[in-house]
Amino acid sequence: MTPLDASAPVGPPLWLLAELTYRCPLQCPYCSNPLDFARSGDELSTAQWLDVLRQGRELGAAQLGFSGGEPLVRQDLAELIGGARALGYYTNLITSGLGLSDAKVAAFAAAGLDHIQISFQASDPELNDALAGSRKAFRQKLAMARAVKAAGYPMVLNFVIHRHNIHQMPQILQLCEQLDADYVELATCQYYGWAFRNREGLMPSQAQLRAAESQVNDYRARLHARGAPMKLIFVTPDYYESRPKACMNGWGSLFLTVAPDGTALPCHSARLLPIDFPNVRTMSLAEIWYHSPGFNHYRGDAWMPEPCRSCEDKARDFGGCRCQAYLLTGDADNADPVCDKSPYHDRILAARTAADHARTGLDDLLYRNARNSRLLYRG
Amino acid sequence: MNPVPRIRRGFRLQWEPAQACFVLLYPEGMVRLNGSAGAILEAVDGERDVETIIERLRTRFPDAGDLGPDVREFLREAERQHWIEWQ
Repeated sequence: MTPLDASAPVGPPLWLLAELTYRCPLQCPYCSNPLDFARSGDELSTAQWLDVLRQGRELGAAQLGFSGGEPLVRQDLAELIGGARALGYYTNLITSGLGLSDAKVAAFAAAGLDHIQISFQASDPELNDALAGSRKAFRQKLAMARAVKAAGYPMVLNFVIHRHNIHQMPQILQLCEQLDADYVELATCQYYGWAFRNREGLMPSQAQLRAAESQVNDYRARLHARGAPMKLIFVTPDYYESRPKACMNGWGSLFLTVAPDGTALPCHSARLLPIDFPNVRTMSLAEIWYHSPGFNHYRGDAWMPEPCRSCEDKARDFGGCRCQAYLLTGDADNADPVCDKSPYHDRILAARTAADHARTGLDDLLYRNARNSRLLYRG
Repeated sequence: MNPVPRIRRGFRLQWEPAQACFVLLYPEGMVRLNGSAGAILEAVDGERDVETIIERLRTRFPDAGDLGPDVREFLREAERQHWIEWQ
């Protein structure tokens, strides 16, 4: 095996995630936005975003996600979609569905939008709306999922899965089929941002996870037997693994995120790291991707301490996730503690034990809103 | 009437200079196609039937031998992957 080294050529970014805004009408307690989003600077203007999209396409990015926050909050979304589509991107809108309307669905189609992903919090209105912190969320999501399909879009439905909704798996899958979803993402919480803060109240127990996995596998087999094209993607939590995920397919390898204020990141969580990331207001995307210290920080393997340095898997999993290493060990250089070779793996085991005994109710979770963000980062 | 394949709705075939290959783009995903897969899907336009596609590829690649079995097998695989639909 040839170990990666810092002189290995860096390929182009193929995926660009445009986080247009941190504003959002919902308050999901597992939001991946930073805890201190309320003190983020001004959002990029329409012209600045269009310039970022042009530069990204020139570098080679082909997939583009419009995300947030809730991207529908941006009044210039149709213009950004039109600009992106004209550049040749495959354009994905990643939305809660709140703020969407039949007229917007049609306007985005006319602008060339390729696909809409709608997120749900649960399979019934009571739990969904309690998690989202909005009484009308579920009804609106159902209506918009139907509008998206009626307009002929392919549709991804995304359910973030945790200990409070994982028991609904059969109902979730039935709902997705009723809504004629093309893809279903069952994404167990990843513990960053607000989800890390609420981890004990969100993480499913191993028994819950096993039951859900078996339900998903059964459903998938039945879909396959009927030749139904709906695809199920179940992302299980890496806290139940003994080897880390190849996070983002390697740092600065395929993915480029631009945050609402123009900060460029190798993934949407990386902002929590004590690294100085560049901003598209002051640096070109090419300079950022190929030459900035932030993007080169964890490329190659020269930065790795043991046990990663001498590990035969280091070119496969890159030592796991830098954010997880930082959150759980205080040093982002360390091996991801998911790995059972990490001296900090006991912290993962402790989280599993806690998940077996957690009594946290929905009311005990810290909900994602500007007030809580300011409370956490006062002064 | 012979069956006519088309690229599945919501999917897009596109030449990517940065990757020097055809890619098939779909919701939040991308398949990089090798030369022959790219050439076959490029001929799938929703109007040509399979025989016409094979004939077109024979003209384009006269030294490639009997392309028919490979093209049919690839289209079956593309159908299994839900990349194409029949009309």
